[in-house]
Amino acid sequence: MHMADALISPAVGGAMWAATAGLTIYSAKKLKENVDEHIVPLMGVLGAFIFAAQMINFTIPATGSSGHLGGGMILAILLGPYAAFLVMASVLTIQALFFADGGLLALGCNIFNLGFFPCFIAYSFIYKKIVGEQPTRGRILLGAMVAAILGLQMGALGVVLETLFSGNSELPFSTFLLLMLPIHLGIGIIEGLVTAAVVTFVWKAHPEIVTLAPSSPAKAHSHKPLLIGLALFAVVAGGMLSWFASTHPDGLEWSIKGVSGKEELDAPQEGVHGAMAWIQEKLAFLPDYDFKKPEEAKEGMAGKEGEKASKGKEEESWPAVSAGKSLAGILGAALTLLMAGAIGFGLRRYYSHSKG
Amino acid sequence: MSHHLVEINHLQYTYPDGTSALRGVSFRITHGEAVAIIGANGAGKSTLLLQLNGCLLPQAGTVRIGDLPLNKETLSYVRRTVGMVFQDPDDQLFMPLVHDDVAFGPLNLGLPPEEVEERVVSALATVGALHLKDRPPYRLSGGEKRAVAIASVLSMSPSILVMDEPTSSLDPQTRRQLIQLLKTFNHTLIIATHDLDLVLDLCSRTIVMKEGLIVADGPTLEILQDEELLHSSGLEKPLRLQGCPVCQARSGPAG
Amino acid sequence: MGHIESSLLNIGYLETLSYQQTPLHRLDPRVKLLTTLVFIVAVVSFGKYEITGLLPFIFYPVVLMAVGNLPPGYLAKKILLAAPFAFFIGIFNPLLDRAVLVHLGPIGISGGWVSFVSIMIRFTLTVSAALILIAGTGLNAVCLALEKMGAPRSFVTQLLFLYRYIFVLTDEALRLARARALRSFQGRGMGFKVFSSMIGQLLLRTLDRARRIHLAMLSRGFDGKIHLLRPLHLHGRDVAFFLGWSGLFVLMRWFNIPHLLGNTITELFR
Repeated sequence: MHMADALISPAVGGAMWAATAGLTIYSAKKLKENVDEHIVPLMGVLGAFIFAAQMINFTIPATGSSGHLGGGMILAILLGPYAAFLVMASVLTIQALFFADGGLLALGCNIFNLGFFPCFIAYSFIYKKIVGEQPTRGRILLGAMVAAILGLQMGALGVVLETLFSGNSELPFSTFLLLMLPIHLGIGIIEGLVTAAVVTFVWKAHPEIVTLAPSSPAKAHSHKPLLIGLALFAVVAGGMLSWFASTHPDGLEWSIKGVSGKEELDAPQEGVHGAMAWIQEKLAFLPDYDFKKPEEAKEGMAGKEGEKASKGKEEESWPAVSAGKSLAGILGAALTLLMAGAIGFGLRRYYSHSKG
Repeated sequence: MSHHLVEINHLQYTYPDGTSALRGVSFRITHGEAVAIIGANGAGKSTLLLQLNGCLLPQAGTVRIGDLPLNKETLSYVRRTVGMVFQDPDDQLFMPLVHDDVAFGPLNLGLPPEEVEERVVSALATVGALHLKDRPPYRLSGGEKRAVAIASVLSMSPSILVMDEPTSSLDPQTRRQLIQLLKTFNHTLIIATHDLDLVLDLCSRTIVMKEGLIVADGPTLEILQDEELLHSSGLEKPLRLQGCPVCQARSGPAG
Repeated sequence: MGHIESSLLNIGYLETLSYQQTPLHRLDPRVKLLTTLVFIVAVVSFGKYEITGLLPFIFYPVVLMAVGNLPPGYLAKKILLAAPFAFFIGIFNPLLDRAVLVHLGPIGISGGWVSFVSIMIRFTLTVSAALILIAGTGLNAVCLALEKMGAPRSFVTQLLFLYRYIFVLTDEALRLARARALRSFQGRGMGFKVFSSMIGQLLLRTLDRARRIHLAMLSRGFDGKIHLLRPLHLHGRDVAFFLGWSGLFVLMRWFNIPHLLGNTITELFR
């Protein structure tokens, strides 16, 4: 459920990056204030543990498929929310960099979905409320299950919203939600079971480890200013960024239209049309280029490429993909790729020669 | 050179889970001595080593390093004086690059960058690992890791070197090189090990531990010939001393 | 299990690539990080039906792979392996958005296919940029750059620790998984119960190891702060790299270069 760079817009990616950066700084500050910084090596090693544990699979009964551990909840139980958030952020950073899971711009979204929700919300407001200061086997099981399931549902909802606001996917909100939530219900149940089993295992061997973290200063109410601040920030940042990025179709508006059915084409067109108009405005200082006035360009090419462009009647609706344009586009694209290939090849030759 | 002195008096330590690891241990090690601490698994060797540089603090009895007793106030002095090489180099080498690892101690001592650099280079040169300077630790072989782990301690210029199982999981040649290297050191050496041949090569004095107590303390050759003592402590006479005519000839005057 | 090994080898291989001495590797890590970010933002800022305008961006990965002596085949394979999520979300576009958007002769192409192709191009570009960043810089240098650029120290430090111990712990996990696989027949013993106690064991060992590492750090005077002794210096070439590429990205974002090219050529042959 890693978000990918390809699916998000800069506005969404940027807003989530900012939110995540804020959370990281906040958590690091809290860590310094409340917890001994000696915990830092332990955090790193536990992050590596999550990584290693994710590589061990188990067979899900009666399905034949296999599952593994997500980890946010276990980290929160062992380390408390601030440290756990930082560790999750690093695990996801490594995955983004080395396994191309998600991407760098989407990293903000991913850390938020898989770090913030389980560590700050599900752990603080669900797990701790259920388990309390006196853990029992049953309470750990119940707490871990409920917290893991809800944490993952929130994360899945995050993925859906981020995708929709970005406006690159055609999936209507309700369909996407119906797709994501049940899948993550399954994943959540497994995550909860694994978390409960592992925590119980450790708790039986070393009770002090499991009871230590919850008594660390992460009192639930202390999140309130954080949450309010974050909500405010999200609104402001989102507003600012979408204003700056007004070249984009408004994701929410689009998704509403998308769900209503018919207007699928119109809505994005407006947006892209708007974008093109904006770009053309920017181009106005280069009057020589026909690019600026698509109609003329079309006329120019229609004579020569008439037979191929025979269907280019509705091009007024979106000048950028008119028939003549698309031919020119394909030609230009082919040339661009050829040149890129040639440059790459040439440079490679050059460097391998200069080395040898 | 009184700060080379290690003196332990009636030291006791019980872990929080109730395991009583040290039950009154006393010895005194003076400048330049090379001492082996041997004993079966769980005899208390590792716990004893952890006491020597304050990773654990004594619950009863005293540890004196040089002129000072070990306590919270003298901790930083003790740690500078006693360099500890852990059993698993992966635990000891935690920084991104070999260079950073060797520089870790000196930087914590607050030394100026130029001197840190000097110490890093000389420590790595001593163990013959200067060429590994810019490599990450997980890219090293077992022997290289061990050498760098030793360098990471040498860079703090300790007077006393404490080592836990220095030859475990080394191949025979690497082990031999390590022994040769350790022979060139003029630090006070305290080595806990199961490698009794290493003890024979390196240490003039041996302390035998059993169930948290010292059961023997004396010249290595004498102790390693005492089959009854070794057997009762869960140990075995080193191969080199078993039925070798040269040793038998030598053991005559010694035993 | 093969999966564990291949993941390890993958990290190891990317790391090996980052040790090379090429003009790319010699650049300041901060510059590479920033340029990568500018590149990604420029790429994803295009409208959803954009295809041609995205293509010139391929110059960046192509040139960097050549200069940095990075194997294109290997990186392509890594990109393919990461593709499923973007693919599965994107593939709904052709199903849902069927209105014809582009005509190529007699063939009408729906907006859904155009936006799907656009998604996959973005995906390829952004992922290759991230992989090139790590293969051309190395994680340790990226961390250093993050720290110099103001990321919280505790975050960077534990990221370094995480990376350091991935190799150790994955190896441990691999041994556990191997021991289990060798003694499980017809899938028995691969179930949940065994799994959770294995993870529990691994966690206990990890905590033990963390304790030992902490002791090793204390023995060498660790007082809660880790000193990194490695100054970074910006050179002229670093600044030039950043400004040059960023300028180019802005140009490529503003002007649809393939269109301009195509137009010029069709004009010429008219």
